[in-house]
Amino acid sequence: MGNLDDLVTEFLVESYENLDRLDRLLVELEKDPRDQANLASIFRTIHTIKGTCGFLGYSRLEAVTHVGENLLSRLRDGELVLDAPMTSGLLHLIDGVRGILQAIEQTGAEPDTDFTALIAELEHLNAGTSPAATAEAASVPEATVVAAVTAAIEPVIAPAPADDRASGEGPAAADHGRQGLADTSLRVDVGLLDKLMNLVGELVLARNQILQFTATQSDTAFVGATQRLNLVASELQEGVMKTRMQPIGNVWSKFPRVVRDLATTCGKQVRIEMVGKDTDLDKTIIEAIKDPLTHVVRNSVDHGIEPAAERLARGKSPEGRLLLRAFHEGGQINIEIADDGAGIDPERVKRKAIERGLITAEHAARMGDHEATRLIFLPGFSTAEKVTNVSGRGVGMDVVKTNIEKIGGTVDIASRVGEGTTLKVKIPLTLAIIPALMVSTGRESYAIPQVNLLELVRLEGEQARSGIERVQSALFYRLRGNLLPLVYLHRELALEAQAGPDLVNIVVLKADDRQFGLVVDQINDTEEIVVKPLGKALKGVRVFAGATIMGDGHVALILDVLGIAQQAGVVSEVRAGVGACASGAAARGEAEPAETWLLFRVDGHERMAMPLHLVDRLEEFPQGVIERSARQEVVQYRGEIMPLVSLAEMLGAGAGAAADPRQVIVFAGEGRRIGLVVDRILDIATEAIAVTPTGRHPGIHGSAVIQQRVTDLLDVPSLVRLTAGPAAAAGAAA
Amino acid sequence: MMTIPASTSRQLATFTLGDMYFGVEVLQVQEVIRYQEMTAVPRAPAVVRGLINLRGQIVTAIDLRRRLSLPALDADRRPMNVVVRTGEGVISLLVDEIGDVLEVEGSCFEPAPDTLVGPTRELVTCVFKLSGRLLLVLDVERTVSLDDEAALLDRVA
Repeated sequence: MGNLDDLVTEFLVESYENLDRLDRLLVELEKDPRDQANLASIFRTIHTIKGTCGFLGYSRLEAVTHVGENLLSRLRDGELVLDAPMTSGLLHLIDGVRGILQAIEQTGAEPDTDFTALIAELEHLNAGTSPAATAEAASVPEATVVAAVTAAIEPVIAPAPADDRASGEGPAAADHGRQGLADTSLRVDVGLLDKLMNLVGELVLARNQILQFTATQSDTAFVGATQRLNLVASELQEGVMKTRMQPIGNVWSKFPRVVRDLATTCGKQVRIEMVGKDTDLDKTIIEAIKDPLTHVVRNSVDHGIEPAAERLARGKSPEGRLLLRAFHEGGQINIEIADDGAGIDPERVKRKAIERGLITAEHAARMGDHEATRLIFLPGFSTAEKVTNVSGRGVGMDVVKTNIEKIGGTVDIASRVGEGTTLKVKIPLTLAIIPALMVSTGRESYAIPQVNLLELVRLEGEQARSGIERVQSALFYRLRGNLLPLVYLHRELALEAQAGPDLVNIVVLKADDRQFGLVVDQINDTEEIVVKPLGKALKGVRVFAGATIMGDGHVALILDVLGIAQQAGVVSEVRAGVGACASGAAARGEAEPAETWLLFRVDGHERMAMPLHLVDRLEEFPQGVIERSARQEVVQYRGEIMPLVSLAEMLGAGAGAAADPRQVIVFAGEGRRIGLVVDRILDIATEAIAVTPTGRHPGIHGSAVIQQRVTDLLDVPSLVRLTAGPAAAAGAAA
Repeated sequence: MMTIPASTSRQLATFTLGDMYFGVEVLQVQEVIRYQEMTAVPRAPAVVRGLINLRGQIVTAIDLRRRLSLPALDADRRPMNVVVRTGEGVISLLVDEIGDVLEVEGSCFEPAPDTLVGPTRELVTCVFKLSGRLLLVLDVERTVSLDDEAALLDRVA
């Protein structure tokens, strides 16, 4: 029974319910043969069963119900009037259908029993329009009718017991089998399940509270009772979680169609295979991965698998293969989408990324193949050489990655040129209750999701004082030979640290494939916590992912590891993907922890720098393409109106003679692009720097030595703020 | 927020902040509770005083004094929570003291006077002339919507 398709299971449950109703309705109908509503309802039910089994490919069942339907349709139309033989015939039909359904439920296939007799009986009843026959039937005493009917139906009943024997132990087994589906499953409102889930969450919290309290108690009876409570609560939690679980097959079920349509459109042959369809996932996660997975599947068919002719030329079978695989591993769900297509050429990806200004040529040269392949996850990357109606619309793999990461998952890709591509997605089982490490800093407790946790390092005494190295303003700890950048939680949260200099607690975390050490005052316990969202008023605070209620009823905030890493600058925000690639190099000890700077010249400032990762592109605009909108210079750029801001003017050097063409640094600020006009682009330098504040200079946040020369650092956020006015005006005018 | 027909009467839950007397629609108030332990949220907008545990639900507490740019309450006094249901979810407004639920007549209604300034002017929809004092009706939705401010703080940070 367990290996039945969901669709079939649903069909069985529904049909059993309907058949039970039919029994009742038919008996009622016999009392009042002209009850049209009743007749129509019976007709509809049989019709539905017939339709569905035709769809599911149960031809016998379809044939049987078909004759029944014919008879019923004539009854409904008033051509025939229901009499006792007909009622019996219809009841036999119901029995027959029930028998087939039971066989399907138990063996997964239709029984081999012969239904010709039943069909013949129904056809006979259907044809038996001769008034004589009807009159005769009506005139003979009841007992005779029953006898006659029984005799006539003898061969018809025969199949049913045979059927039962086939399935095991006769009627008892059949009853038992029915209990398997119809009586043991019911539909429940998801809202109710959510409510239950919340209540169980509360129960778990209360249990934790009691457990903490128990630690101070010595009464054995009480301790015993709490232990039982503990077990029951855990089991209850698990049980309720299970109610929200759905097989991933629910999402996959639409893929064969998607793949077929897409393959036809692209003129390809693709076969889809699925392994692990019944891997269970939380309903919310199922919802969240639906779109990303669809996108990946479409991508595989559109870009991965080659047209048949090409495949033949490469010695592959003309039919491409797309394999979906899902399995549990280490408390996570693994989903793999593998195709045996052309694979991803890392060199082509690199070229494309350089072309699009996503990475530098130098950076590309340092990259390994795997890192290069991962470039496809960068925003704005799409290698589709021709724009098709299925992809190449700018929504790319970066969206897939972001969506998967939003639910605490990870995405990785492995590809061999000519052999195919495998995309691996790892996602947590559930979102509602997660294991977390509790830490404290500045007298408050914070929870760190364990998904992000790699290890804990505790430095004491001399080690604490000398183990931490400083490279200009950045702090590092040498973890087994690799430099681990350190982020101090109290600094990120703008709190006072409580720990002394003799003790350093480092929580080694992983954010976006990059490792960093989070320094906290104290490391406490691990706990299962119930994640609760923060109110909308706090949506701007990106260092927290939510909140939870601790055993003592106190509210603790859950740290958003990626948010902290971004805020601390460990992972760059705009080009998180590149950061990840760079970190791959760092992990192997190849690269210095340094930032890459774009150096340029502006009137009044000989050398200025801004972080390269903030830069979208470098452009030149000849005077001719520059237009004006609401006293603001603008250009039409990639389908939007981009304001051009003269940096010299912003920094108060006055408008110099405008060069032609203008040198423009394009960067995205506040959701729209801004073009920064500079005098000349000088260079790109990768260096770790120490910033010296330069006092209150609007637009400049300090200076530093880059390439052995003093360089002013552009304060990009304040610049964006200063620009917001004219940019907004330009936007409004547009 | 609303235009009130002059004839109907309204029920307002009242509270004070310093010498000002405020009211909110009683239907918007879920409950009124004593001071609760709060968990401060670092890096949050200043008006957010913290999070409270309201029977398992996490509720953001907004310091109404800060929201209205009033001086902070004396350190030895603890504010009360007026828990309101809003489009932003359930939110607690921290106020000095709780008053009665008043039934006010539409005839005492006046639009907010132009002489009110600052955030108070923005957040007060209308005024009821009671005998001896004025009751300022607070627009709860606007009070708890920190969009502009949150965005501002985010940028500064």
